[in-house]
Amino acid sequence: MEQFWQISLDLLRGFGVTCQIFAATLVFALPLGLVLAFGSMSRFRPLKYVVKVFVWIIRGTPLMLQILVIYYGPALLFGWGFLERIVAVIVAFVINYACYFSEIYRGGIESISKGQYEAGQVLGMTRTQIFFRVVLLQVIKRIVPPMSNEVITLVKDTSLARIIVVEEILKIAYDYTITGLIWPLFYTAVYYLIFVGILTLLFGFIEKKLNYFKV
Amino acid sequence: MAFLEVNNYRKRFGDNEVLKGISFSLEKGEVLAIIGSSGGGKTTLLRCLNFLETPDEGSLTLDGELLFDAEQGRRYSDAQIREKRLHFGLVFQQFNLFPQYTVFKNITLAQTLLARQECSRRKKEFRAALRKSPRPERAAMKEDFASSLASLRADRKAGIERRTEELLARVGLTEKRNAYPYELSGGQQQRVAIARALALQPDILCFDEPTSALDPELTGEVLKVIKGLKSSDSTMIVVTHEMGFARSVADRVLFIADGVIEEQGTPAEVFDSPKSEKTRAFLQKSLEDIFV
Repeated sequence: MEQFWQISLDLLRGFGVTCQIFAATLVFALPLGLVLAFGSMSRFRPLKYVVKVFVWIIRGTPLMLQILVIYYGPALLFGWGFLERIVAVIVAFVINYACYFSEIYRGGIESISKGQYEAGQVLGMTRTQIFFRVVLLQVIKRIVPPMSNEVITLVKDTSLARIIVVEEILKIAYDYTITGLIWPLFYTAVYYLIFVGILTLLFGFIEKKLNYFKV
Repeated sequence: MAFLEVNNYRKRFGDNEVLKGISFSLEKGEVLAIIGSSGGGKTTLLRCLNFLETPDEGSLTLDGELLFDAEQGRRYSDAQIREKRLHFGLVFQQFNLFPQYTVFKNITLAQTLLARQECSRRKKEFRAALRKSPRPERAAMKEDFASSLASLRADRKAGIERRTEELLARVGLTEKRNAYPYELSGGQQQRVAIARALALQPDILCFDEPTSALDPELTGEVLKVIKGLKSSDSTMIVVTHEMGFARSVADRVLFIADGVIEEQGTPAEVFDSPKSEKTRAFLQKSLEDIFV
């Protein structure tokens, strides 16, 4: 029994790292994704194509590979020092998720009818006012379901961090298997399930909150 | 000089020349109906008047002021265009209400934003004045300004609310003030859109086929509202397929075909004794459509 609590606490420590990666990725990737979305919709062609190629590369290669490149790349290519492991993981996650988010944003923004922009224009609004006052909330309403998908995937993708020996929950559980203890590995599912459960409730709540209008 | 003078408007999209030199004028308080078959350039003309499109050639004068000149068309800044737009209002075929706001907020939003811009402009001016004045007077100035700004804000807010209530009464939707657009019928939505356009007190209110997206039994209520505006001497331009409406409300009728004005005159002139063969054919066709 004592061993159970001991391991539970140990896994909880690892889960803290998982949450750290999760939270940092959301904080940086959500706004960065919007910037990339605007880039990919830019009327300035070179910018648009640069962003599109970048998104293609990031979405077209495994996240695990990207983590390795970010961690080892600078040292191998330029002889620079290594980033702190957790920082390298977060950088890779932010870039990767920003690309996925940017496509969701783009889809959401492009789904808003031209009439909404034009209605704002003939009422004398500025571009910024039209975006923030008219379009944004409609976009948010549309992208909540795909976003919740992506965010839930992120929770589980954090386990890729162990490829460069970041002590997240699955790495810790895996280390127990080496000592002959298998059950902690499966026990981690409880942590993930509880966390994803909370997120599901949260997204359900947001969707319900936005149900007062229809687009 | 007439109130509105449009001079030789031309617009092409790629190889397709949609407006081939449109000129007309309109007096204050007049209602102009624009008729013609689809694809003839009626909507493009309205969009050009509202600066949603920039004409390639031509000029526009409103109340003696040269508002647009294609020679300088590309050189107008966004802010200038926005200012010019406010002379015109536009009611869309598809209403284009903002779905996340109540009827009331749909009508007040643009006014509120404009009032806010005015306040921040005054603040900026005040700060500049403050920097130039001697130090000991500054505290008193600040106090004065704060109270004047507060009263200005309250004034604007009360004004906007009062006007909105009036407008809601005028389009007969007072009890729907807190409803969301999806809760309204098409006819009601279009009436809100009319109130929203009127709220900014445009010099000229344009309607782009305001009843084309409505079920036949709902067109009446919208046309009635537009008719009601005529008596309150708004200047209006209505693109419409409702010939009966054009005839009874318009002071002047413009028949546009293939990007040119084929015929214009009073409703009696255009409907009863059309000079052009095309007009005659078009009127014949729309009569047939009614009786089929």
